[in-house]
Amino acid sequence: MARVFGSSIKRREDPSLITGAGQYTDDLKLPNMAYAAIVRSPHAHARIRSIDTSKATALDGVTAVFTGEDIKKSGTPGVVPVGWLLPDMKIPPHPVLASETVRYVGDAVAVVLAEDRYRAQDAVDLVEVDYDPLAVVTNPAKTVEEGAPQLHAEAANNIAFDWELGDKTKTDEAFPKAAHVLKVNIRNNRLIPQAIEPRAALASYDDSKGQLTVWMTSQNPHIHRLLMSLASLGLPEHKIRVIAPEVGGGFGSKIHHYPDEVIACWCSMQLHRPVKWTATRTEANLTDTHGRDHVTEAEMALDENGRILGLRVKTYANMGAYLSTFGPLVPTYLHGTLLSGEYDIPAIYCNVIGTFTNTTPVDTVRGAGRPEATFIIERLMDLAAEELGLDPVEIRRRNFISPDAFPYQTQVALQYDSGNYGPALDRALEMVNYKNLRAEQERRRGEGGKLLGVGLSTYIEACGLAPSAVVGSLGAQAGQWESGEVRVHPTGTVTVYTGSSAHGQGHHTTFAQIVADRLGIDADNVEVIHGDTDQVPFGWGTYGSRSAAVGGSAIAVSADKVIEKGRQIAAHLLEASEEDVVFEEGKFFVRGAPDKSQTLNDIALQAHLAHNLPPGVEPGLSATSFYDPANFTFPFGTHIAVLEVDPETGEVKLLRYVAVDDVGNVINPMIVDGQIHGGIAHGIAQALWEEAIYDGNGQLLTGELLDYAVPKPHMLVSFELDRTVTPCPHNPLGVKGVGETGTIASPAAVVNAVVDALKSYGIKHLDMPLTPEKIWRAIHQSGRS
Amino acid sequence: MYPARFEYYRANTLQEAIHLLQQHSGAKLLAGGHSLIPIMKLRLAQPPVLIDIGRISELSGVMKTDGRLRIGSLTTHAMLAASEAVKKHCPILAEAAGQIADPAVRNKGTIGGNLAHADPGSDLPAVTLALDGVIHITGRDGDRQVNASDFFLDLLTTDLKPEEVLTAVELPALEERTGSCYLKFEHPASGYAVCGAAAIVALGGDESCERAGLCFNGVTATPYRASAVTEALAGQNLEDATIDQAVTEHLSIDDPMGDTYASGPYRVELAKVYSKRALKTARDRARS
Ligand SMILES: Cc1cc2nc3c(=O)[nH]c(=O)nc-3n(C[C@H](O)[C@H](O)[C@H](O)COP(=O)(O)OP(=O)(O)OC[C@H]3O[C@@H](n4cnc5c(N)ncnc54)[C@H](O)[C@@H]3O)c2cc1C
Repeated sequence: MARVFGSSIKRREDPSLITGAGQYTDDLKLPNMAYAAIVRSPHAHARIRSIDTSKATALDGVTAVFTGEDIKKSGTPGVVPVGWLLPDMKIPPHPVLASETVRYVGDAVAVVLAEDRYRAQDAVDLVEVDYDPLAVVTNPAKTVEEGAPQLHAEAANNIAFDWELGDKTKTDEAFPKAAHVLKVNIRNNRLIPQAIEPRAALASYDDSKGQLTVWMTSQNPHIHRLLMSLASLGLPEHKIRVIAPEVGGGFGSKIHHYPDEVIACWCSMQLHRPVKWTATRTEANLTDTHGRDHVTEAEMALDENGRILGLRVKTYANMGAYLSTFGPLVPTYLHGTLLSGEYDIPAIYCNVIGTFTNTTPVDTVRGAGRPEATFIIERLMDLAAEELGLDPVEIRRRNFISPDAFPYQTQVALQYDSGNYGPALDRALEMVNYKNLRAEQERRRGEGGKLLGVGLSTYIEACGLAPSAVVGSLGAQAGQWESGEVRVHPTGTVTVYTGSSAHGQGHHTTFAQIVADRLGIDADNVEVIHGDTDQVPFGWGTYGSRSAAVGGSAIAVSADKVIEKGRQIAAHLLEASEEDVVFEEGKFFVRGAPDKSQTLNDIALQAHLAHNLPPGVEPGLSATSFYDPANFTFPFGTHIAVLEVDPETGEVKLLRYVAVDDVGNVINPMIVDGQIHGGIAHGIAQALWEEAIYDGNGQLLTGELLDYAVPKPHMLVSFELDRTVTPCPHNPLGVKGVGETGTIASPAAVVNAVVDALKSYGIKHLDMPLTPEKIWRAIHQSGRS
Repeated sequence: MYPARFEYYRANTLQEAIHLLQQHSGAKLLAGGHSLIPIMKLRLAQPPVLIDIGRISELSGVMKTDGRLRIGSLTTHAMLAASEAVKKHCPILAEAAGQIADPAVRNKGTIGGNLAHADPGSDLPAVTLALDGVIHITGRDGDRQVNASDFFLDLLTTDLKPEEVLTAVELPALEERTGSCYLKFEHPASGYAVCGAAAIVALGGDESCERAGLCFNGVTATPYRASAVTEALAGQNLEDATIDQAVTEHLSIDDPMGDTYASGPYRVELAKVYSKRALKTARDRARS
């Protein structure tokens, strides 16, 4: 029988989504529901002199208009917290409705409730806020300079934290003796996550029971419930139910605890009626946490043979106007820890300064910190290759951590448990036919016309977040284990309850495959339930490419517990000792006597009837596990971009994109490929098109999809994928994580390819996105056009 | 994303539309809605009244008479791209219409709306201008005709009066030995033209250039006609070098538009490169 684990069965979530039957938060309606619309600051920085809500309140169809003062009077805390603490970090309060100062365009100042959303929007336009504009700063490095406008009294010079990792002395010592030192200044461009479904919340407070139910766009309903209870609303945790119905993508943006959802809940508590808020696309782009936005200075020291001696990185990371839930984590422990890449680097030092600016708060976006780190190392590797006259492949090979060096302790905290980087590189080179490509490139250089570029990115990722004790010691105000319950019904079908919370990843399918594989039953007989704090045991949700490795492992362990209990019952029924009973393909039998067997169905029924159970065995057949991983998981691989640059216009045309990834064991190859495709598209888009641009007044110039370029199919090529398989040694499934690999690897591959194409102009580096004009200008300024 | 309140009327005939326009001051015509509705949703436009002309069948379709194509204003981009008559007689129009946005936009958006809206990044204005199209307009006092060269007045501004309806676009059918090409540099987000070059080349019996047309979308507030270039090409044998030289020496655009994605000077550079390429393709097509 073909194993269901590892087979490309179709995603069972698709029929309902494709036919429009999926129920998203905004599809839900409750009787007597009011619509909320939020009044937002048009200024990036201003003092609020006064707010006049009278005209809006007087409008027909408007139920109420509230400001921050009303929340204060209600006694509700009305602030959103930070979930990751760094040493000496400054944490200015983040009120859900600003009443004194607004600090970015989009900062919420009032909320309107009306009988329909059109009225609500009309009323928003009638709320009169008198602002006293203040000076604005948007750049994460300039904000610390003397004379820069100050955002928060709590944070001198706009510095939220000044964090370091690695051995500074040892690293500094590596540079003077180095044969080669390469330096690069990088502006890692700010991204807007662009989940296709904007954030939304439907809150319903039942006064008689003191019970709040909120349906919302969440990647982690239990975290949202926890933070609502502990921080923003102050309601008892058991009186809050958070449900994530279908969620249309998140890319990290739906992890966090935002003001808007709190506002909807608070309004429902005031009005004693359900309240729905749904962001418009404009609001989503202004208020969903943005990603990246680093200003980095990086230096690499190498010996005369191209062996890396040291790496020194200084980054100013934009935190935006307030610290978002996991904002401080991203540029620190998700970034600094990845700076060793796939390389054996004896000394690394990283200093990250998180700063406040008058921009949308910055937090996780797919890859979160790891794309930035990969970009730094992979750009430096190419610069070093150029300087030393080595092929980019060769310099990478010289520095790879050797396959027998695992577990490998990096200089930046992480211990890589496994890896074998050569084979993935070899395979990718073979797929692109690297030698021929280089020859073709040479030939074309002589001819003029379009320039061919080839770019590599040999990357590593740390995901499968994460060992709880480790993240706790690093500042997490959260655990990172996951829950999974496997409940076998009397008839032998199964329901799985997971603390993971899918929003496009396909858990309904893959988690069913895990259980079906272990229990030897048909995947169709397994249902997966997630995203409801009243149905599912506490769990930490879906992000950080953790769900298969941590959530899936919890489920696997529970399935194994079910088998063990089943074995006890089967042994009793078969009148054998437990040690002699084996379980294969859904059947228990005495070793060597498969003819006389008890199926899992039989055992499930007996377990529930409980007419004849072994002594001391409780009725029922279910198990719950809380799986805390022993380590991160470490996917890796090689990506190669092949492209053409038009020297007359600077236009870039992708020709091929090859990716060989090692994500460990694969549960469903089709879903894995889909994740990789999406990730690559996302990363290529960062390299070539996407950028949130603020002007000097803090206005977001690319706030609409008219200006912010999310890629369309015709802008990409069909990606060519393959993989190597190095199973994760420490989880029961041997899986790693796949949701972010593409986004982590591809920006560097694309930029390396463009810079490679532009070699003859002496161009060493260009900041993303590589717009045609930027390339065209670089060519012209090179003096060699 | 929620428009302000408006009243909605549907006109079933052209006369009804004209009548409704007179009754409701400030009213806007609604054709395919793919320019108007987005700006209403952003509340950048708040017309009190919409008059839906989308179902007036007399305004839709392509007709060929005496060497000219008459294209009803409600003809969609998708219809233009697929029309045998357009592909045969005005292939550049089909080529441009086929590059507009995505199928959803092409199935709803109309040539009349595209020209009336006069977005500088739209694809059809420069094509209409390069073809020396004539715009047919009907108002309270009857019909009038405006040359494309007099139609586009400024950014989002045309010669149309508020109570008039654009009814058709009349274009000359391109003759034998005439080639055309629409070459577009599209904005990666919106898909609109950052620079769209519309080139037409008519060859004489001796292979020399009898007539040429060259216009751009996206570079200036209104579609730009590069007369100096085409004048320089007239009578010339169209070798690559001749085309390159004519463009290099005679294309100068003084007031280009610019934004964060593409500055004015860069757009001018694009216009140069794209016009060379578009003219050469048009020439090759004329020869074949
Ligand atoms: C996502 C997207 C991408 C797009 N990309 C492109 C692109 O790449 N290239 C491009 O060219 N266009 C593009 N468009 C615009 C599209 O082509 C529009 O359909 C077109 O510009 C307007 O035509 P319409 O029929 O939709 O007009 P409507 O939106 O209905 O009307 C537009 C304006 O013209 C007026 N109007 C309409 N018809 C008449 C008439 N017969 N007489 C007088 N006034 C009239 C209306 O009152 C209104 O002011 C895009 C649109 C969208 C939504």
